[in-house]
Amino acid sequence: MQIMHELEKSLMNREHPEFRVGNTVKVHLRIVEGSKERIQVFQGVVIAIKKKMNRTTFTVRKVASGGYGVERVIPLFSPSIEKIEVLSAGRVRRSKLYFLRNRIGKSAKLREVRRAQ
Amino acid sequence: MIKGLIAKKIGMTQVFDENGQAIPVTVLEAGPCVVTYVKVAEKDGYDAVQVGLVERKPAKNLSKGEAGHLSKREIQPVRYLREFEIPQGVEVKVGDELSVSQFEKKELLTVVGTSKGKGFQGVIRRHGFGGGRMTHGSNFKRAPGSIGQCAFPSRVFPGKKLPGHMGDRKVTVKNLEVMEIIPDKNLILVKGAVPGSRGGIVTLRKG
Repeated sequence: MQIMHELEKSLMNREHPEFRVGNTVKVHLRIVEGSKERIQVFQGVVIAIKKKMNRTTFTVRKVASGGYGVERVIPLFSPSIEKIEVLSAGRVRRSKLYFLRNRIGKSAKLREVRRAQ
Repeated sequence: MIKGLIAKKIGMTQVFDENGQAIPVTVLEAGPCVVTYVKVAEKDGYDAVQVGLVERKPAKNLSKGEAGHLSKREIQPVRYLREFEIPQGVEVKVGDELSVSQFEKKELLTVVGTSKGKGFQGVIRRHGFGGGRMTHGSNFKRAPGSIGQCAFPSRVFPGKKLPGHMGDRKVTVKNLEVMEIIPDKNLILVKGAVPGSRGGIVTLRKG
């Protein structure tokens, strides 16, 4: 168990700005298409963080054009992440914001922004 | 040098490859191992090398036979002994040490272990039979069905798939890729799953 713990810790080899559930983030992802590489930006609300050492993932949800909800599950220590920008923080009272999936429209979706400290 | 090691299964995790893909890996604590005996065809009937996994084991816990076998060749007590084939043209002698550094990244390995025991299992879980329907007054749910004919051959053929003990037998998995080697901790990360439970003993071979 000890060996596993140390190994997984050594695999947590990337630093990201701290963000929480409810934050709106911009994730810059490296996309490889054939031999070409480009950066794709995915912006949305972090609706879940699943902490599992080096296997930690977070889910970003955005509403794309046409009103379709799009979610991406991104491994936190993935080398495909170019960078993460934290844009704003929402006031949330739970760790998983799955209820956002059932809500549509501005009034239901937007959350209050926490006052800057 | 021969390419073989005795390893202990530690657990599973994931690593990322150069394309950013998450690859499931099994963590194995492999070796260091020491050659305890070299079998030769004239004397033992076949060529092989016997290898022991160096792990602390009090000498008093060895059986008299084991203790004699090892002390005769002046080898520290080892907990597990396994045999490997000797490739042609390779010289091995008693006392040679083997470690994970004999393997390279991207090399393909054969892993042999003992699968997890599943106990006495029926025919559906053990052999993947379809079974019958569960509802609508069914009288045939998970039973094996007919196991042969009456007048001829009036016996059940050997090897007929029937309920019985499942798992806890030797399983070989081939072509597992080495993803990472950590020599100072004797760890080797192998792509995919390896037979057996955590803490189980497996052997690694090249190819």
